[in-house]
Amino acid sequence: MATKKFLYVNRKPPHGSIYALESLEVVLIGAAFEQDVSLAFVDDGVYQLLRKQDTSEIGSKNFSPTFRALGDYDVSKIYVERESLELRGLTKDDLMELTYEDEDDDWAEKDAIRIVDSEELGAIFEQQDVLLNF
Amino acid sequence: MKFGILVNEGPYTHEASDTAYHFTSAALKAGHEVVRVFFYHDGVNNGTRLGVPPQDDRNITERWAELAKQYDVELILCVAAAQRRGLLDADEARRAGKDADNMAEGFQISGLGQLIDAGIQADRLVVFGD
Amino acid sequence: MSILHIINKSPYERNSLDTCLRLAQDGSGILLIEDGIYAARKNASAAEKLQSALEKHKIYALEPDLKARGIDAEHTIEGISLVDYDGFVTLATEYEKLQSWL
Repeated sequence: MATKKFLYVNRKPPHGSIYALESLEVVLIGAAFEQDVSLAFVDDGVYQLLRKQDTSEIGSKNFSPTFRALGDYDVSKIYVERESLELRGLTKDDLMELTYEDEDDDWAEKDAIRIVDSEELGAIFEQQDVLLNF
Repeated sequence: MKFGILVNEGPYTHEASDTAYHFTSAALKAGHEVVRVFFYHDGVNNGTRLGVPPQDDRNITERWAELAKQYDVELILCVAAAQRRGLLDADEARRAGKDADNMAEGFQISGLGQLIDAGIQADRLVVFGD
Repeated sequence: MSILHIINKSPYERNSLDTCLRLAQDGSGILLIEDGIYAARKNASAAEKLQSALEKHKIYALEPDLKARGIDAEHTIEGISLVDYDGFVTLATEYEKLQSWL
């Protein structure tokens, strides 16, 4: 069966609810199915990618380091909406560095995060086969 | 057409499970196939055997189970989400050393792979949540 | 006939409608369900947004949810098509994929 394009849409911030964590779990388990997976971070979802998250004082598991493993799970397309970042006073520098190894370019390490504007992201949604929201 | 259904919220607190049920029911009546109904996040709570809702209101768990039985549809609770929230079948309860299990008949526990598989097998994946 | 966008929250509670309108491409459909149906009510501040959206999208509202919330056809913005659950299923077959804005 031909692979399908799966887009995981993240609009909720981490820690205030479980959706961010459990959505990431689907991405990791889903990797075994070798589909064409992309992630999109929109609205408060962009906060999931913020650096320096430290959950020690709220006593819950800090799952943010897990995003760094996405490259190993063949996730090379992590779309972050520009408008969502700007509204929150954020730039790419505030986000974690997420990379992948490009097998078509001698395994060169590349940036997985792509900042896209709304129009571009909307077009990306249209190209997908399955849209997952949590 | 083949549908995959994802239910992200538990019974009563959000309308998600109701809307999912009405959609699924309409789809089945119209002759469509439902690959499975997958319950994630608090959606696993739809599978509790111990719910005692008021007599004059709908019984969401039983309604799902009846629909599933009538049309032979799989109702799957995500194992990780279910364990976290204390929704266990007999096997899980024994494995975890718990003194009881609480899963309703008609529901089964399985892995997240079943959700991805539904996305692959179905023509349409419909997500209901908060 | 590509994406059917589904909105289930009131435009006064969440920004789902706004985000959807920002990202939805011309020709995609929008279905209001559950609390999302409040956006379909006339004379509300969200009505303007819906009206201009109608120029680019077919917009539907789930009638059972409108009725439940005491909003009748008379108070619904003109141009919004009312559907029941059977209609919801039909829409799901007519559009290629569904985007539930949660």
